[in-house]
Amino acid sequence: MKTSHEPGQMLVVDDNRLNRLLLTRALEQQGHYVSNAENGRIAMEMLRSRRCDVLLLDIDMPAMNGFEVLEALLTDNQLRDIPVIMTSASDELDRVVKCIEMGAEDYLVKPLNPIFLKARVNASLEKKRLRDEQRKLFHTFATPEVAEQLLREGFSLGGKYVTASVMFADIRSFTSISENQEPAATIEMLNDYFALMFDAITENHGTVNQMEGDGFMAIFGAPVQEMNHRVLAVNAALKMIDQLNLFNAERARQKKKAIRIGIGIASGSVIAGYTGTQHRATYTCVGDAVNAAARIEDYTKIVGRPLLIDQNTSEGLSKEVRMEALGPVMFKGKQQPIQVFAVS
Amino acid sequence: MPLIDKATFDELKEMSGADFINELIDTFLEDSPKLIEEIRTSLVINNADAFRRAAHSVKSNAATFGAGQLAELAKELERLGKENRLLETGDKLKALEEAFASVRDELRDLKS
Repeated sequence: MKTSHEPGQMLVVDDNRLNRLLLTRALEQQGHYVSNAENGRIAMEMLRSRRCDVLLLDIDMPAMNGFEVLEALLTDNQLRDIPVIMTSASDELDRVVKCIEMGAEDYLVKPLNPIFLKARVNASLEKKRLRDEQRKLFHTFATPEVAEQLLREGFSLGGKYVTASVMFADIRSFTSISENQEPAATIEMLNDYFALMFDAITENHGTVNQMEGDGFMAIFGAPVQEMNHRVLAVNAALKMIDQLNLFNAERARQKKKAIRIGIGIASGSVIAGYTGTQHRATYTCVGDAVNAAARIEDYTKIVGRPLLIDQNTSEGLSKEVRMEALGPVMFKGKQQPIQVFAVS
Repeated sequence: MPLIDKATFDELKEMSGADFINELIDTFLEDSPKLIEEIRTSLVINNADAFRRAAHSVKSNAATFGAGQLAELAKELERLGKENRLLETGDKLKALEEAFASVRDELRDLKS
């Protein structure tokens, strides 16, 4: 774990002037920016109007005590990420326990010990940075609704089984395209391409959870459950193909070569959950459907069709979707053949 | 026996910085009489919650400077407030005032 000592924005809330002065001073000595408030009501007003990375909160205060502040904070979607460190006298630890149960991050006993103060504030600051990063990450890779739901409900690192549709997509002959143009042009092309593809995916409630070069993986039906994940995944793929046609028309005007993609979709039970470190957490899916989707995507090269799906996915689609059975295919590493369908 | 625990005081000085300790002492000397007055007023109007809160602050501030005896006396009053037994205050408030007066003298000497 990286121990970062970058300064943070602190808010000290205590009705006792001496405690406020002391804590403010001690935190400033450690390089932080500190504001303070003498009761919970003032603190809430300040929290709503300025950035705060860590809140140091007294329990016993007139005009909104520590419990009330904690409760208001944890039910506020914009403020719930702020780690709260309770500051209390050693003889009120029973109340501290209640605060920790409610959701406070940590506690400090007054009179303050500077070493504990530093360690605990830095630990909380680290958590805040991780949460900020996650928030940013979610907003980049998921729809705003999914991001908000995840942030609201929290996420456990433990995985669980979910039924979902998994999509793999990449650009055909990407290496030869990139070899024939300037690196800057390749990056620009990729950025435009990803913007169009992700648009199609988020519009259909999918989440892009992995990117690798010109390829990416997306999940439908997780982390937020969607009963019609098969339909959503196929609709997203069809929309991607539409978007790509528009993109290629634009490239043709600029006398640039068209790009082609392959998309593979498989559905079934996968183990999904958050994996990561202190600094990065991503939503990961593993399981048969993930392997199958990757293999099917690869198979698009062989049969020259842009969109292939497995049988499980095909069973969730309406009759209006044009499908052509390509028969069973035996993939490397698979025990049984997979029925593959081309969608157009 | 000194009224201020030297180790606690030195730690406080280290945490706040030598130049800042005087400001902390001044704040303590300014706020404590107000808090003691608040305890007295709360006793007169029989407001146990305000009584408890003011005593709690005296206790907390005394502990910050390592003034153990003063903190103990304040803690005793805090307990009376918590248990709504203000009538048992007796001469405990006077003892608190006297203890504060002695701590005040010692703190003034510790100012640099």
